[in-house]
Amino acid sequence: MKFKSKILSTLVIFIIGAITLLTTSCGGDKSNVDNQLDDSLSTSDEFNKAKQVIYGIPSPIETAMLMKRAGAKYNQDYLNPLSNLPNYTTTKSMALNLGVYSADLSFASMFDQSQASIKYLSATKKLADDLGILNAIDKSIITRMENNINNRDSVMEIISETFMNSNSFLKENDRGEIAAIILTGGWLEGLYIGIQIVKNTSQNKELMERIADQRLSLNTLISLLNEYKSDPNVQSILPDMERLKKVFDKIQTSSTKMEVVEKDGKNIITSTSEIKFTPEVFEELAAVVTEIRSNIIK
Amino acid sequence: MKKIFVTAIIVIVAMTITNVASAQCKNFAKKICKLELLPYVHDGIYNATVLSEGETAELYKTFYAGQEYRVTVCGDENLPPIQFQVLDAERNVLYDNKKHNYAKSWDFKLQSSKQLIISIQVQTSDELTDQILSGCVAVLVGFMNIENTFNQNK
Repeated sequence: MKFKSKILSTLVIFIIGAITLLTTSCGGDKSNVDNQLDDSLSTSDEFNKAKQVIYGIPSPIETAMLMKRAGAKYNQDYLNPLSNLPNYTTTKSMALNLGVYSADLSFASMFDQSQASIKYLSATKKLADDLGILNAIDKSIITRMENNINNRDSVMEIISETFMNSNSFLKENDRGEIAAIILTGGWLEGLYIGIQIVKNTSQNKELMERIADQRLSLNTLISLLNEYKSDPNVQSILPDMERLKKVFDKIQTSSTKMEVVEKDGKNIITSTSEIKFTPEVFEELAAVVTEIRSNIIK
Repeated sequence: MKKIFVTAIIVIVAMTITNVASAQCKNFAKKICKLELLPYVHDGIYNATVLSEGETAELYKTFYAGQEYRVTVCGDENLPPIQFQVLDAERNVLYDNKKHNYAKSWDFKLQSSKQLIISIQVQTSDELTDQILSGCVAVLVGFMNIENTFNQNK
């Protein structure tokens, strides 16, 4: 009887311990409270203490839209071949390439490449399934995609929905590090495609600026990855991102103060920026991005 | 021994409630808050959390030149109003929805790409009560499809 009671007692203590551990492991926000405190003390009174900090990384669909807006042209050669799909068997390679294929899917659909879009959607479904992301992309989504393939608004909506399904599932199941790795793969693929377009087409100032702008997103991405730096997969990705940051830091920028003006009923945040992005820095960036991406997709 | 057992049960129940709240938060963001973004296309990133009155959260994001954005912040209907401010990197206030009757969305476009901070605070309730209200708060970002854009130079 005494023995039984001891087992029960040990079990209860174990459960409490496990729950405490789970609760504290989800409490990454607390460190943010400390990190944000100094910044906010000198500014707003009401917004003096951020409970939670969220790092917003451009999603693959946003990056594809930026490229299209900047005048990019579609070329299937820029995408990660689907024949590489069976190579991805580790959690890290599956997550990174889920991001890569999501970017390729967004790029293909933005340029109305219906067959490629469906194939890349199937590839993202396979990787999401293998990562245990339940119901992110089910058969009904693929059918919806097939039925709406000629309606870009619907296709974008479907891609946005699948991406939200994946990252909400991961965040709510305490697998935020996987969501962060997926975003890293998607962000890098978008950057790679942008660089390939610049290299293979005539001078495109707007696209060059959007590539230079990625230095801002990279800083946010590194902050996001640092939230999960105890994870071995994240640890192995961070040095590449730091390496990229060193190249991006060579781009010289200056800008004027921001102001909001209303024009034609729309709010425009005005501020001019000067970006000095030399061909040498571009070439260095292209070389580093290509090398990192080659290691990811192999 | 009995005390430990009761404590364990209470903790487990509390954890279950938190998980249910979390799942509800996901549905709230997807089914209710996302509609506020229309006709803008959601970027696909899920940013939602459970906040109590007086609590704050901040979203750091780069917004790109030329792209038209809509930022939508919405919370459970049982929560007091949610204030959100759009700040630049030096934390200068560019927009404050408190001055616009706690509007849920703000549409804007940038002349050059910038990192902005969306700072959110659940206001405290005026009613005198022992209970601290809490609920789901979502911050979603949408952008306008290229075909539906407006020309800044018009």
